[in-house]
Amino acid sequence: MSAPQRPELGQVVGEAEFSFSRDSLVRYAGASGDFNPIHYRDDVAEGVGLPGVLAHGMLTMGAAVQPVVDWAGDPGRILDYQVKFTRPVVVDAQLGATITVTATVGAVDEATARIDLTVMFDGQTVLGKAQVVVSLAP
Amino acid sequence: MTVNPELQGRVFPPTAPYVVAREKIREFSRAVFASSPINHDPEAARAAGYADVVAPPTFPVVIQESTLAQLLSEPDAGIDFSRVVHGNQRFSYTRPIVAGDELTATLTVTSVKAIAGNAMVTAESSVVDAVGEHVVTAVSTLVVRGADS
Repeated sequence: MSAPQRPELGQVVGEAEFSFSRDSLVRYAGASGDFNPIHYRDDVAEGVGLPGVLAHGMLTMGAAVQPVVDWAGDPGRILDYQVKFTRPVVVDAQLGATITVTATVGAVDEATARIDLTVMFDGQTVLGKAQVVVSLAP
Repeated sequence: MTVNPELQGRVFPPTAPYVVAREKIREFSRAVFASSPINHDPEAARAAGYADVVAPPTFPVVIQESTLAQLLSEPDAGIDFSRVVHGNQRFSYTRPIVAGDELTATLTVTSVKAIAGNAMVTAESSVVDAVGEHVVTAVSTLVVRGADS
């Protein structure tokens, strides 16, 4: 697979929208092994003072990097990926929750590009300092 | 804070080897909306120079889980799991994870801090392959909410 082209600073390299349903949360629980019931039971979520059933932070983190993987052309090009979890994503039983991701070049040198992610839900950012370092090596 | 500050610097025994299955990578990929053929199709992965399908960037969370379980069950840790929220997460790769890898993780508690009535515990899981070569380090900061927050 060929290397991604060296991008320009500030260039948007990917945009995506992900719709999480309760099914997505159950699927992620099974795949990841995180069976905390706040991710699938309304009564438990309310019992611990949450506004509702929440998406796993790691599900949001896992989906948000995908536009960068698609741009890079290879998941193996991701060298480093970090996020700060700043706000919860509440997943309505009927409507689900839709997050939007914009991936912008924050820094670039000969060997790597740092892609900064803006991840929004319900008009607010849910991940802070979401940065992906991608290898540009041939 | 109830979290034991003496946890800082503690190193846990390596976890039992985790063998990465092709179908587990596919299952995880579907769950995080990863659609690259390199995550799903061994032929596409081989064409890209890999031995088998490649895991998505956040896959090490599956292995990290067993290390965090060690931390939470440490008798003197003082961490009430029902008050834990995930604060930060980072993955730093030396090479990607590929189906067939046999991975072992070693957890080190790198920092325990008290901030505004909460405790912040940062733990680093270093993941190596069957020959002991570094693959990825997963760093998590857990926020343990204090009694009145």
